[in-house]
Amino acid sequence: MTLFAARRRPDTTRLLDEAGGVRAMTWVMAIMVFLTVLAAALGLGTASAGRLLDRQLAGRLTVQVVEGEAARRDAAAARVLAVLRTMPEVAQATPVDRAELTRLLRPWLGSDAADAGLPVPAMIDVDLAANEDGAAEDRAADRVVARVTAASKAARVDRHARWMSPVSGLMRSVTWLAAGVVLLMAGATAAVVVLAARAGLEAHRATIEVMHMLGSTDVQVARLFQRRIALDTGIGGIVGTVVALGVIALIGGQLAALGSELIGGVTLGPADWVLLAILPLGFVALAMAAARFAVTRALRRTL
Amino acid sequence: MTTIVQFENVGLRYGTGAETLTDISFSLQAGSFYFLSGASGAGKTSLLKLLYLAQRPSRGVIRLFGEDAVVLPRERLPGFRRRIGVVFQDFRLVPHLSTWDNIALPLRVAGIADAEIERPVREMLAWVGLAERADAKPATLSGGEQQRVAIARAVITRPEMLVADEPTGNVDPDMADRLIHLFGSLNAIGTTVVVATHDLHLVSRIPTAQMMRLDHGRLLDPTGALRYPPPRGEP
Repeated sequence: MTLFAARRRPDTTRLLDEAGGVRAMTWVMAIMVFLTVLAAALGLGTASAGRLLDRQLAGRLTVQVVEGEAARRDAAAARVLAVLRTMPEVAQATPVDRAELTRLLRPWLGSDAADAGLPVPAMIDVDLAANEDGAAEDRAADRVVARVTAASKAARVDRHARWMSPVSGLMRSVTWLAAGVVLLMAGATAAVVVLAARAGLEAHRATIEVMHMLGSTDVQVARLFQRRIALDTGIGGIVGTVVALGVIALIGGQLAALGSELIGGVTLGPADWVLLAILPLGFVALAMAAARFAVTRALRRTL
Repeated sequence: MTTIVQFENVGLRYGTGAETLTDISFSLQAGSFYFLSGASGAGKTSLLKLLYLAQRPSRGVIRLFGEDAVVLPRERLPGFRRRIGVVFQDFRLVPHLSTWDNIALPLRVAGIADAEIERPVREMLAWVGLAERADAKPATLSGGEQQRVAIARAVITRPEMLVADEPTGNVDPDMADRLIHLFGSLNAIGTTVVVATHDLHLVSRIPTAQMMRLDHGRLLDPTGALRYPPPRGEP
């Protein structure tokens, strides 16, 4: 009694424990998940920055009155401002005061920026009233342009969203690129698992034949591989994710230290961090599905 | 008696070679004991492979447990295999598993709970005299010990049919007698036993056993006793 009571329970889960390349598989998974988390973080960060940029630029215009003679410039600016404040499309129209313009020009002109004789255009910041969509905003902006240019031929209207659209487009491109890389990495991971499962089947052919002769189903055999690959992917995934999150936090800190309003927008919210942290679970599920597919498909060719 | 296996004009050919088995026809009755003899290369192992569903025939009809085994869908094979215990000629123990785990494997494959595995495995280990080697890996066992593990694994589920390929080939005469006695005990509780052997002395140990002889892939059945029902006018 004591002889058997002391021994461990029978176990078939170790049937594949001696499989070659198990450690290699763990490291491969760690690298795959590491790269995927980095790509996903880049995509989430640029998507976040893109959304922030869109929010900041949506419905914002700047009206410039370019007139060399100060009195005419001030009169034209006043006419334009009056027109803007009567328009229902405009939520707010605020002239930019001379001190603010001087501050903006100082990096380029130095102390000359404060010269009262400098022919600096008059500027008015305009916030459009909220619009349902981009098309409605375009129509509202067009009406503002028409009314402003009718009020003064010296007036020009810049839509922030238009001149920043290349940046916004770049953000979107990077986001899509990152999403594409994530999908490619997922595909490559599935392919690696399929290859590993095939190699495992070959290495354990004799054991699997015995199991079949004892009445094992394909699913039972596949579960052995799934369990092994889930373990490798889980361990590798955790290692890869932890390292990747550390790298992301480090780079995030460096980006924040740059003080750039644009680059500073490339940040991750709490939901993004959670998504990145649970990415290994997705990889485990993917690897298990790929292993099951590969094993059951291969076994279907046997009796 | 119930016919558990029926072969009708079965032929087996590997690849494009000559037929390994030709026109094999016989019936096995539930609860009977059969020896299968023949020279090396006569086709004993091939015939057993057909019996334990490791191979499909090239032609002919095989009925197993009342169903046509030739057209049996692949998904149903595991269910049939669990009703058959097999002692392979080369044992085929799982090298990474201990004696205990190898013997327990069919029960675990059948989904038996851990709590219900302990007792039958312990009994089986004692039965084949390997209680002290429960934790040993196959590589550390002698040929005879490995063979006993293979036999214990084959019979632990109390299969309806036991198929053994040269089960006494690596054991001493005393152990061979014990194993044949073991097979006889199983047969006594209703298991149909088919033993392929070179050792004709074993046949005398089971007086009720019938003999099938293979010669160059053909079954010699001069008395027609293996036919069921027997041919008219013959014993």
